[in-house]
Amino acid sequence: MFKFFNPYRIFKINSILQKIVFFCFITVLTVGLVEALFLSPEDYLQKDSVRIMYVHVPAAWISLGIFCLIALISVSVFLFKNKNLILISKSFAPSGILFTLIALVTGSIWGKPTWGTWWAWDARITSMLILFILYALYILSFRTFKDPDKSNKISSIIAIFGAINIPIIKFSVDWWNTLHQPASISLTEKSAIHSSMLIPLIIMTAAFALFSVLIFLMKYNTELIKIKNKGLKRL
Amino acid sequence: MISDLILMNGYGIYVWSAFSFTLISFLSLYFIINLQLKKEQKRFEENFSTLSEKQYSVAISQDIHKEILKHSGSKI
Repeated sequence: MFKFFNPYRIFKINSILQKIVFFCFITVLTVGLVEALFLSPEDYLQKDSVRIMYVHVPAAWISLGIFCLIALISVSVFLFKNKNLILISKSFAPSGILFTLIALVTGSIWGKPTWGTWWAWDARITSMLILFILYALYILSFRTFKDPDKSNKISSIIAIFGAINIPIIKFSVDWWNTLHQPASISLTEKSAIHSSMLIPLIIMTAAFALFSVLIFLMKYNTELIKIKNKGLKRL
Repeated sequence: MISDLILMNGYGIYVWSAFSFTLISFLSLYFIINLQLKKEQKRFEENFSTLSEKQYSVAISQDIHKEILKHSGSKI
């Protein structure tokens, strides 16, 4: 299986994929923005402020998804001792922290017209802030520790222990009394959102996912060249 | 019509600032990562050009090195 992680093959595929993903991202984002800002209806209660949902919710979903992925890869790093795996998880981190920041900031903007406050120490918001701190610690661990083995180990520990925060974020609205409403979209049950709002939400989620893939591909190639640069000096 | 789209019943300031923040964040991260990629490619090219003849023959025999040089637009 690990033959697939041949650096030459990955670099070549990445370089081609970058252009395709960039084109798809721009197309999907344009359609998503038109749908979210102009075509989707306003909410009967929240009026036009509901449009913030089209950036806030996908950003939160993707940030959680990326952290889950990083945690899973970190477990694999301990099991298989493959350095390519750490490169993969490291390359996902920049888009993960950005989406967490977007979720926090757009949530704060949405909170003002909806709840009358920019910030509240409610369970969902606080656990998202903890996720942001975990991402920051994960990224900083690579910069702080110069020894690659040490930084790989510490970053993996941060990701694995940080994964405890994921179910807390997901179920915080059920476990505690929070300002957030319970989940409106479920994979197993019928969605509480009308299709006129669900479709733009799905399109924007796809656009955000494509952006994270694009950043991942670019960052992975950057890290790969960095390693090869060190290798050249040893020749 | 256009003012309705901008004002959004008084919620425009919140909606537009949320979307603007998101798009500016996207652009910033894209340019930062792109800059890092270009910087590493340039550094690789510079390191490659300083190799001795013997080191060069070893380095150029690796496919990954050729691929990096190809994508950095190098004429080495």
